[in-house]
Amino acid sequence: MADRQKKGIRIEALRKRYGKGDTAVDALKGVDMQVAPGEVVGLIGPSGSGKSTLLKCLGAVIEPTAGRMTLGEEVIYDDGWKMPDLRALRRDKIGFVFQAPYLIPFLDVTDNVALLSMLTGRSNGESRKRAMELLEALDVVHRAKALPAQLSGGEQQRVSIARALVNRPPVILADEPTAPLDSERALAVIRILNQMALQYETAIIVVTHDEKIIPTFKRIYHIRDGKTQEETGEGRAFE
Amino acid sequence: MISLAGRDIMHAWGKFVFTGVGLGLLIGITLSMAGIYRGMVDDAKALLDNSGADLWVVQKDTLGPYAEPSSIYDDTWRAIRGMPGVARAANITYLTMQVRQGESDVRTMVTGVTTGEPGTPGWPPYLVAGRQITRSHYEAVADVATGFALGDRLQIRRNHYTVVGLTRRMVSSGGDPMVFVPIKDAQEAQFLKDNDAIRQQRRRTTANPAFNYPGNPGLLNAVIASQSTNPYVNAVLVQIEAGHSAEDVAESIRRWKRLTVYTRSQMEEILVGKLIATSAKQIFMFLVILSVVSAAIVAFIIYTLTLGKIREIAVLKLIGTRNRTIAAMILQQAIALGMIGFVVGKIAATLLMAPIFPKYVLLEPLDSVIGFVAVVVICILSSIIAIRAALKVDPAEAIGG
Ligand SMILES: Nc1ncnc2c1ncn2[C@@H]1O[C@H](COP(=O)(O)OP(=O)(O)OP(=O)(O)O)[C@@H](O)[C@H]1O
Ligand SMILES: [Mg+2]
Repeated sequence: MADRQKKGIRIEALRKRYGKGDTAVDALKGVDMQVAPGEVVGLIGPSGSGKSTLLKCLGAVIEPTAGRMTLGEEVIYDDGWKMPDLRALRRDKIGFVFQAPYLIPFLDVTDNVALLSMLTGRSNGESRKRAMELLEALDVVHRAKALPAQLSGGEQQRVSIARALVNRPPVILADEPTAPLDSERALAVIRILNQMALQYETAIIVVTHDEKIIPTFKRIYHIRDGKTQEETGEGRAFE
Repeated sequence: MISLAGRDIMHAWGKFVFTGVGLGLLIGITLSMAGIYRGMVDDAKALLDNSGADLWVVQKDTLGPYAEPSSIYDDTWRAIRGMPGVARAANITYLTMQVRQGESDVRTMVTGVTTGEPGTPGWPPYLVAGRQITRSHYEAVADVATGFALGDRLQIRRNHYTVVGLTRRMVSSGGDPMVFVPIKDAQEAQFLKDNDAIRQQRRRTTANPAFNYPGNPGLLNAVIASQSTNPYVNAVLVQIEAGHSAEDVAESIRRWKRLTVYTRSQMEEILVGKLIATSAKQIFMFLVILSVVSAAIVAFIIYTLTLGKIREIAVLKLIGTRNRTIAAMILQQAIALGMIGFVVGKIAATLLMAPIFPKYVLLEPLDSVIGFVAVVVICILSSIIAIRAALKVDPAEAIGG
C-alpha cells in the first residue's frame, strides 16, 4: 500500500492566494491530500470554498503560492519552486474532464481523442488505435467518425473521458463532469471513471455538487473555507 | 500529427472559400494594376521600336516629341540627312485627337509620315493587312485597335481618308492606337483653322496697311498664303549608317544644327521616367492601398476565425498543446487563405480583368511571383494579431469556476 501511495498524487500544506494587498483572497489555506493510483475520490464543498482552485493547482494550470506537490517520484511544486515545463506535464501526466466536454468541433470523435496522443509524438496510426480502444471501452465506438456536434450530451462526455485517458495519465481531474447529465447518465459516467481507474491505474479526483453521485465515493475530501477534511464515503457499489 | 489548420478549414470550407474568393478579386485587381504599369512601359517601348528611329531630333531644349510639344521647320531633315553617319532622316508629326468614322469617333494618335520607299523612319514596320501609304494625300494606315477595317472612310478634321493598311500594337505611350496619314495632311490637320477663323484672319490681314498697300499687289497674297500653310513638323527621325555610333552622330547634330537630339535609350528614359512617371506613381499608390486593404481583410478574417475558437484554444493549451502548434494552426490558415486568394486573383486577372481592360495589361510572370511572395508575407503579418490573442488565452479559463 505504501508503494501505491507513493505513485499517486500528493499535496502538502498547499496555499493559494489570489491578488495582492487589501484585495487578496486566500482561496487555499494549507490543504493536504493524497490519491493513490486506481482510486476515485470526491472533492465536495460549498460554493466559493476553493474546489476549482484546488483542482487547477492539482492540474498544474495555476501555481500555488506555497506548499508542495508530488506526482509519483516527481516534485511539481515545492514552496514557490515549480517544475519548468508544466504544459508538457499536463499533456503527459494529467487528464482533464470538464463540466462541458469542450471537444474540438472540427475534429471527428476519433481524432478528438487521438490528438493528445499525437501531440506527444506518437504516430497517427498508433494514436488512433489507442483512441478506438478507449471508445470501445466507453461504448461510443459506433460514433467514431461523427463530429462532436452530432453527439448527445452523454456521448460527448464519454468522448471527453476517452480523451482524458488516451495518454494513460497517472492522474485524471474532473470538474463537475456529471452536472449536465441526468442521474442515470451521471452514474454511468462515474461507473466508467471507476472502471478506468482500476484498468489504467489512474488516480481520479472528481469535484462535484451532485448528490446522486456523492454516495459512490469511498473517500471524500470536504473542503471548507480553504481547508480540507478527509471523510470516509459510503462507497456504494453500482447496481 | 494531423493538420489542425486543414481540418478546421475543411470543417468551415464555405466561409473560407468565400473569403478567399473575395480576397482573390482584390489580389486580381492588384495584379492587374501591376500589369497596367508593365503595359504602359511596354507601349512606350513599342512606340520607340516601331518608329524605326535611332535618333530623335527635336526643338531645342524640349523633351519632344512625345513628352513635350516640339516644332522644327519641315526642311531641317534635308540638312540632317547630309550629315556624316546619317543613313536616313524623315519628318514626323504626332497629334492625339478624335478620328471620326461614320457616327462614332475613336481616340487615336494621328501620325504624319513621309511618303517614300518602305523602311522610311516613322513608317509602321509591318502590316497585318493591306498596304503602306503610297499616295501623298488622303490615305491612312490604322491600327486594328481602332476598330477600323480596310476600305473604311475616316474623317480627320475636314478631310476624309481611306484605310489602305492595318497594323497591330502600334500605340502611343498613352495606349491610344495610331493612325498613319501622309505628312502633308497631318501638318494641315495640326494647323487647320475653321473657315470662319480663316476668313477673319484674311480680313484682318487685308485691313493691315503694312501688308496691303497699293504699290505692291503681290505682297498681300504671299502673306495670306504663308499664314495658311504649316511649315513645321514635330521631330525628325534619323537612322544611323552601320558602323557609326548613335551618340557621335547625335553630338554633331547638336553642335551644328542647334537642336536637341535624343538617342533611343535617352528617349526611353524620357518616356518611362517622365511621361508615364505620374501614372506609375498612381499605380504604385493603388498597389500600396490594395495591399493594406488586403492585409486588413486577412487580419480581420483570421482574427475572427481565431476568436471563434478561443474556447477550443484554451482547452488545447490546458491539455498540453504547445504554443508553437497553436500558432502554426493560425498561421497555416492565414497562408491557406492567401493561397486561395492568390489562385483566384491570378485567374481573375488573366481571364477576367486583363482581356476586358481598355488598356494593354501585361501580366509578367515575375510580377506574379512577387505578388505571391507579397501575399504570403502579408498573410503571415496579418496573422500575428490573431496569434497574439490566442497565446494570451489563459488555459485556466477552460476549466472555469
Ligand atoms: N482568479 C481569481 N482571482 C481572485 N479570486 C479568485 C479567483 N478565482 C477564485 N477566486 C476566489 O477564490 C475563492 C475560491 O474560489 P473557487 O473558484 O475555487 O471556488 P469553488 O469552490 O470552485 O466554488 P463553486 O462551487 O462556486 O465553483 C472564492 O472566494 C473566489 O472568489
Ligand atoms: Mg468551481
